[in-house]
Amino acid sequence: MTVTDTTEAVLAYDDVVAAYDPVLGLEVHVELNTATKMFCGCPTGFGAEPNTQVCPVCLGLPGALPVLNARGLESAIRIGLALNCEIATWCRFARKNYFYPDMPKNFQTSQYDEPIAFNGFLDVELDDGSTFRVEIERAHMEEDTGKSTHVGGSTGRIHGADHSLVDYNRAGIPLIEIVTKPVEGAGERAPEIARAYVSALRDLLRALGVSDVRMEQGSLRCDANLSLRAKVPGTAPGSAEQRAVPLGTRSETKNVNSLRSVERAVRYEMTRHAARLAAGLRIVQETRHWHEDTGITTSGREKSDAEDYRYFPEPDLVPMSPDPAWVDELRGTLPEPPPQRRRRLQADWGFADLEMRDLVNAGAVELVEATVAAGAAPAAARKWWSGELARRANADGVELAAMPVTPAQVAALQGLVDAGTLTDSLARQVLEGVLAGEGEPADVVESRGLRVVSDDGALGAAVDQAIADNPDVADKVRSGKVAAVGALVGAVMKQMRGQADAAKVKALLTERLAPADSTTDVTTS
Amino acid sequence: MSAISREEVSHLAMLARIDLQPDELDRLAAQLDVILDAVATVTQVAGEDVPATSHPMPLTNVTRPDEPRPCLTQEEALSGAPAAEAGRFRVPRILEED
Amino acid sequence: MTGTTLPADLTRATAAGLAQALAAREVSAVEVAQAHLDRIAAVDGTRDADGVATGKAVHAFLHVCAENALADAKAVDDARAAGQTLPVLAGVPIAVKDVMATRGLPTTCGSRILQGWVPPYDATVVANIRAARMVVLGKTNMDEFAMGSSTEHSAYGPTRNPWDLDRIPGGSGGGSAASLAAFETPLATGTDTGGSIRQPASVTGTVGVKPTYGAVSRYGLVALASSLDQAGPCARTVLDTALLHQVMAGHDPMDSTSLTGEYPDVVAAARAGATGSLDGVTVGVVRELSGDGYQAGVLRRFEESLAVLTEAGAKVVEVSCPSFAVALAAYYLILPSEASSNLAKFDAMRYGLRVEPGGVAAPTAEQVMGATRAAGFGDEVKRRIILGTYALSSGYYDAYYGSAQKVRTLIQRDFAAAFGQADVLVSPTSPTTAFPLGDKLENPLAMYLQDVATIPANLAGVPGMSLPSGLADEDGLPVGLQILAPAGADDRLYRVGGALEAILTARWGGSVLDRVPDLSAALATAANGATR
Repeated sequence: MTVTDTTEAVLAYDDVVAAYDPVLGLEVHVELNTATKMFCGCPTGFGAEPNTQVCPVCLGLPGALPVLNARGLESAIRIGLALNCEIATWCRFARKNYFYPDMPKNFQTSQYDEPIAFNGFLDVELDDGSTFRVEIERAHMEEDTGKSTHVGGSTGRIHGADHSLVDYNRAGIPLIEIVTKPVEGAGERAPEIARAYVSALRDLLRALGVSDVRMEQGSLRCDANLSLRAKVPGTAPGSAEQRAVPLGTRSETKNVNSLRSVERAVRYEMTRHAARLAAGLRIVQETRHWHEDTGITTSGREKSDAEDYRYFPEPDLVPMSPDPAWVDELRGTLPEPPPQRRRRLQADWGFADLEMRDLVNAGAVELVEATVAAGAAPAAARKWWSGELARRANADGVELAAMPVTPAQVAALQGLVDAGTLTDSLARQVLEGVLAGEGEPADVVESRGLRVVSDDGALGAAVDQAIADNPDVADKVRSGKVAAVGALVGAVMKQMRGQADAAKVKALLTERLAPADSTTDVTTS
Repeated sequence: MSAISREEVSHLAMLARIDLQPDELDRLAAQLDVILDAVATVTQVAGEDVPATSHPMPLTNVTRPDEPRPCLTQEEALSGAPAAEAGRFRVPRILEED
Repeated sequence: MTGTTLPADLTRATAAGLAQALAAREVSAVEVAQAHLDRIAAVDGTRDADGVATGKAVHAFLHVCAENALADAKAVDDARAAGQTLPVLAGVPIAVKDVMATRGLPTTCGSRILQGWVPPYDATVVANIRAARMVVLGKTNMDEFAMGSSTEHSAYGPTRNPWDLDRIPGGSGGGSAASLAAFETPLATGTDTGGSIRQPASVTGTVGVKPTYGAVSRYGLVALASSLDQAGPCARTVLDTALLHQVMAGHDPMDSTSLTGEYPDVVAAARAGATGSLDGVTVGVVRELSGDGYQAGVLRRFEESLAVLTEAGAKVVEVSCPSFAVALAAYYLILPSEASSNLAKFDAMRYGLRVEPGGVAAPTAEQVMGATRAAGFGDEVKRRIILGTYALSSGYYDAYYGSAQKVRTLIQRDFAAAFGQADVLVSPTSPTTAFPLGDKLENPLAMYLQDVATIPANLAGVPGMSLPSGLADEDGLPVGLQILAPAGADDRLYRVGGALEAILTARWGGSVLDRVPDLSAALATAANGATR
């Protein structure tokens, strides 16, 4: 075992892409959002007390046997279909044998040479609007492992730990592993393509409704394989000449748990590989660990010949042979592909490209859609989600979708603005109350007393006060400088803590300060 | 089939996580040699065209509905544990991240 | 106290007889349980603090749960007194092979690595037994993780054959078979991966059935080789075996390989067989499963059984299953392969033994696993794990495991062809009678040959029965006859076995077990020997 915590030499990115052609391989593990585990009836909820969502099966107790979750199989097939894969007409589970304390049976029930789905592709939209096709090798079913906490040692990390504590709640949660074929032709855009692929996959899985796809909670995890090979001068990255060059030795970077990290990790590995190659050093085929904080990878386990998983068909589970009619039926349940859907929504909503891209990047398309469905105008819905809410989510470091406000509440809030009950600034205060858990927008309006005041009595008093406090300004208005009325409106609003109906205030001021000759009897009605 | 060496047995013991003593390695290498010699006949009888049988009964598509079932309590789960701490299984330090 | 249907010694009664008397309230379940517990106390011997057998006795049980048994028996009596109608075998005692998970009762599989483990759940078979209100007496001894044909590979000392305490009771289910032959229980459970029910039955003069693969749930049976393992009933008569079979079998949604659909009525078949008529039944003699390597006395009893079957009206034909010649070889690749994976879970992390390696200051999980598995597994288990690890490793998979799986296909085809010619197939169960303890310990291959006739059924998943066909002339020890039927036709075993049993017991004037030597005399001799 070698642990290198020191930063390795890296090469400048421009020099890397001038000399080398990167080849990516992306392995994404997605936790399904089934109610129960892959092979037993234990629930899958996140954050339960340790070892309370376990049974003899997922705890690997002697004698226990697995039974496949029908929903897990269905989700796997739907994912395969959405990735344009062929679906196996007959396939089996296999046992992947290796010892590790967080794996209860010391074998993982997985699929080996007979995946449920294979040979597909995903078209990925890049920032400049172009499309890159990523070929999919396979999507297969497997189970998650338990979770270890390392105790003792200075950092709580695995090295130097005194002992470990294992919680098996996660053991047996259904996973789908989606593996790309070698991604060639990415060239200098390899980091961006890696991120865009994971992003597109996340959108697709979310649209399928098969997973929570929360990277920060680990329900979507990415391992990035990277190798470099010499660039063939004068050819495009995807050219036949370039493809003919044999692949270099690859590294596999684990724990890449945000979209931004995917891009950064690939970029870092490209510069690290290139520096080694340029210095005449060999690339070690190994697992690398990504460190979000420092933005580097460190050496993990060396992949050696000693690794022999001794796969064989799982005798405790019977083969799967999905009925073609059922597969066709599932094909019919596939959602509109997210990019296509985005284009349709953009047209419906009349948003500019940049506006739409901001929404996509903020993960707000579904939120805006639901807000519009709840009655808000598209522009207003967009304004809330990519404005005020995005700002607050960013400040709190949470995903937009995790903000404690529903699209229906945002639509209701906008409805209050549209009806004149709230001004924009009042609406922001109401939103604050909603986010603080004070109830529905209407409740917050009442409890915080944030309603716009358009009652002439209350406003009249404030208007009179403002005139009295600002005699000079009042005179200016009286003398015909109508624009000066704005300052008085501001004074009234300040007095009313923003809750005054500005139009009404202006009308009252204009009446009060009308030139003397035109004055008739001013009555308030 | 060639004879199985002591080194091979040692490698297999590592894969199987059994710390075999030197004398056990010698004895096992000799015994496995005899056994492997006896079972080698399987390699000669079945042709390419014979399919493999992994399951004795031709069942397919056995699944269960995605419905929760009762779990063990934490106490039951940990009841057999050689050591437990804070509701978790306490295990010796783990050398390498998987 | 006892009625006319029962012998004075309740331990000599059949399960069917006990069931009838219990239902008629001629005897109480507590009396029945107590009689068997007393018998166990008299003949089973003692164990030391580590559970290891001490002195010369039967040692069929690893764990006796007298208190639980009496409490369960009392509950049955109370229910009957309250007028409740209970299942047929309610109140009948049973011994459970220690490979089955029993909630609240130790389950060791005869291994040091599981010493002290008390499962938090019941195997489906055990749940079925409890639902039938049967009275569990305890857990029976076995070769460690069911690997062996003699129970000598138990970490807790061998079980001895009640016919001769210096001989093996068969294995792996020697404890269950011996407990029946020693009249410690009328019924017992077994598991059969390559003959672990049938071979012990054969060498103890008892009856055992390996049902069709999938007929009895495997949920809660500590797995040896998942694609071969099958639990089944053990008893002293064909009818008793059928009664227990009926309780154990049935679809279980917790076992993916559990069979659905109609299960045959094995009790009716046993009763039909007892009439002694086999008109219209064709019996196939498997040419490859007799002859060279079979003891003369075993073959003589086998020939005699064929004559009896003919007398009963069956047509006896010869069939050939050429690939059976490589069944043993295929078995000794498939079994270790699956076992090497199934036994990986015993790693000192979650349950069972934990051993820290000597001379290491702060051992890692990996080191503790290695040390625990070295200390907790016996030689035979280690041998098979290493063999299986080898057969599955990347360079050898196709040659060994892959080829063995193909042989499995050939064996299934041979069975299909044979069952095209005959309704059932017959052979001697085991090539020899019970051999002396220690005889084959140093020669694994010789031990493996014990299962040469029983293994094909496991590879193909078909059901098989062993029942007594008499005593061998040369040593006076029991000989077993094996009957095999097509998958799903378990009832045929009982029909043919029932007929053979009826005719033979009539001819002998009683069952084979009536001739088992008086154990109290043997135990007294042993005790004298020990004090000498």
